[in-house]
Amino acid sequence: MNRMPVIVVGIFLTFLSSWIGLVAYPYLNLGRFTPVTDPDSGEVFPPPMSGLAVAGQRVYAASGCVYCHSQQVRQVGYGSDLERGWGSRPTVARDFMRENPVFLGTMRTGPDLANIGARQPSAMWQHQHLYQPSVVSPGSIMPSYRYLYRLQKIEGQRSANAIDLLPPDAAPDGYEVVPTHEAEALVAYLLSLNRNYPLPEAPESSQ
Amino acid sequence: MSATLTMKPEATAEAEARAKVERAEIDASTRLPVVLFYGSAVFWLLVGTLFALLASFKMNAPTFLDQWGWLTYGRVRPAHLNAVAYGWASSAAIGTGLWLMARLCRAPLRHSTLLIGAAIFWNLGVLLGTFGILSGDGRSIEWLEFPNYASGMLFVAYGLIAVWAVIMFRFRQPGHVYVSQWYLLAAFLWFPWLYSTANLLLNFQPIQGGAQGAVNWWYGHNALGLWFTPIGLATAYYLIPKVLGRPIHSYYLSILGFWSLALFYSWNGMHHLIGGPFPAWMISASVVASVMMFIPVVTTAINHHMTVRGNFQALKWSPTLRFTVFGAMCYTLSSVQGIFMAIPSLNVVTHFTHYTVGHAHLGLYAFFTMIMFGAMYYILPRVVGWEWPSARLIRWHFWLTAVGIGMMVVVLSIGGILQGLALLDPGVTFMVTLEYTKPWLFLRSVSGILLTAGHIVFAVSFTMLLLRVGVRKTEPTLFGSDQGRKPERLTV
Ligand code: HEC
Ligand code: HEM
Repeated sequence: MNRMPVIVVGIFLTFLSSWIGLVAYPYLNLGRFTPVTDPDSGEVFPPPMSGLAVAGQRVYAASGCVYCHSQQVRQVGYGSDLERGWGSRPTVARDFMRENPVFLGTMRTGPDLANIGARQPSAMWQHQHLYQPSVVSPGSIMPSYRYLYRLQKIEGQRSANAIDLLPPDAAPDGYEVVPTHEAEALVAYLLSLNRNYPLPEAPESSQ
Repeated sequence: MSATLTMKPEATAEAEARAKVERAEIDASTRLPVVLFYGSAVFWLLVGTLFALLASFKMNAPTFLDQWGWLTYGRVRPAHLNAVAYGWASSAAIGTGLWLMARLCRAPLRHSTLLIGAAIFWNLGVLLGTFGILSGDGRSIEWLEFPNYASGMLFVAYGLIAVWAVIMFRFRQPGHVYVSQWYLLAAFLWFPWLYSTANLLLNFQPIQGGAQGAVNWWYGHNALGLWFTPIGLATAYYLIPKVLGRPIHSYYLSILGFWSLALFYSWNGMHHLIGGPFPAWMISASVVASVMMFIPVVTTAINHHMTVRGNFQALKWSPTLRFTVFGAMCYTLSSVQGIFMAIPSLNVVTHFTHYTVGHAHLGLYAFFTMIMFGAMYYILPRVVGWEWPSARLIRWHFWLTAVGIGMMVVVLSIGGILQGLALLDPGVTFMVTLEYTKPWLFLRSVSGILLTAGHIVFAVSFTMLLLRVGVRKTEPTLFGSDQGRKPERLTV
């Protein structure tokens, strides 16, 4: 093996094969989904995301939630994802067509969030949990995201979006804790995570 | 083995003297680029280690420094990964690679401005990228977190290096192309392609989410398999025979090892997504390719083992060899481990657990990083013209890092398996799976402290060498007597 062309061509071709299989193929076949419309209800699946949810997706990326949370319900035979109630059916490629970037994840220090919007639909719960995970879930090692919230003096009325916090984080008298725009967006994104709708390739939804 | 690399015990004293002068000239010609890349590597090693400790402590005490977004776990962790992968490991790889390239082409390094430019772009890219992640510009795409303004700079730097490598290779002295050169050339050509494709499709012009995962892990796995691994192997293939003064056991095994690695590794990526939302054939292809990795792994292991066989006592005196052989053994270990992790019935236990993190460190640290340490111990004195200041510092460096990484891999593996078995059983609540991991995550921090101490010792000794502290030595710094061996017995 002393000839440069042989080596370079070999280097090129071996790599090209995987580029075709693992880049070009998914680009052409998993990267061009269109949503499906349910003939009875007229609903569109996966549902479009609100602008606030899209902004929340960016907060999710900037905060690195993906290093502790996956967003995929594996197929039957691969773990106990379904038994744990993390979704009513396995997730499929079309579920992620609107996600950018996609947060499939590789670590479950925390539970899967593919359907967290169905499991914890209360915005107040999400805010309380983000602010003080270990108070809401004793023993949690999820970090607090209090830096996404603001402590402010109550002017007249208590704000409608003020968070009810438990001790030791409860706001002092005359003060309240309100979410920043980023926290609102993040929670809107979390509540949008609900993939329990039926798709032609994944019909076994219980919803 | 071809003639240029065989031992030449019969070579005349004159020829030996000539080869020695030639080597010294080549080494001197690489000085500035090598010192630049190695210096940056050590700097980023320290920075990356700091982030590592912080990330690890935060898992033990989640309230530690939690009031600032800049230091939240989800930013510090990718800052750690990127600082060690691009700042430390890649800079060390480039420094080693270009020195090896010059030596093996038997030509003084030319166009060093290309490399100096690359080093500047590289460091700026890593700096901006790390800053970007901490400030919230990271995109949370594993291994590709750097924002576009930083990855663009890295790409320019890679491009310059690839151009340089091709030029060097074109102007090599005629004759035998050594095993290490295939690996180096391949790595220098694969990486820019890999990096540009992945960044283009995920960050610059993102494709639909359903396809992103495949591209993400095609990249993530190939960064390990087709960038770090070939450079680590090229280094081992060079240093082991070099220090021992005997040629590689079998040329034909090397060829088989190289081409099977090129073919199978590039197809491995989807084993990070087993059970995920992808067509079954894609996952199966990667599982099969992963199992086929037995071929390159076993051939390389045999080849290295047979070369060292009968000479293991050299590990007692040669720092270079001790680090390099440790790394080469961990290559086999982590690859065999990886093959088993790709088998679906076992993957179902280890996937999504800390076991994977243990595996990542066995690969990027115990294999790659240890070999890079070995290479620096060999290369720097030759390039700078000054020996390492103290054998005792090297000994501390070795034991702190070897014990530290050993401990980290063991505790993460145990914690990960407990976590994985608990996750598999739907009768165990999620919070209980978390409790299983806590003691092991604490021990991981302890192992991290050992590694940190090792890195500080190394940085001190590195700085002392560059500043030429102490008296000039005429002999290399070894752990003991080399019993009359002549390290430079091979010509190249
Ligand atoms: C260090 C790891 C870690 C990080 C980073 C992390 N989490 Fe968590 N998360 C956990 C753990 C552990 C739990 C389970 C205990 C609990 O409920 O707090 C959890 C639970 C949750 C839950 C409740 C899940 C359920 O089934 O009830 C939500 C929602 C959540 N996290 C959202 C987030 C978001 C959003 C982010 C990023 C802003 C994030 N997490 C970052 C570890 C983490
Ligand atoms: C002081 C020493 C170190 C400590 C304490 C440490 C700790 C960590 C931590 C906490 C993580 C995140 C794990 C998680 O998600 O739970 C991590 C990930 C990682 N680290 Fe380190 N690290 C150290 C040194 C290194 C070095 C020197 C390298 C490589 C040269 C390295 C390579 C990696 C890799 C590749 C990952 C990603 C794992 C994955 O993909 O899941 N680490 N490390």
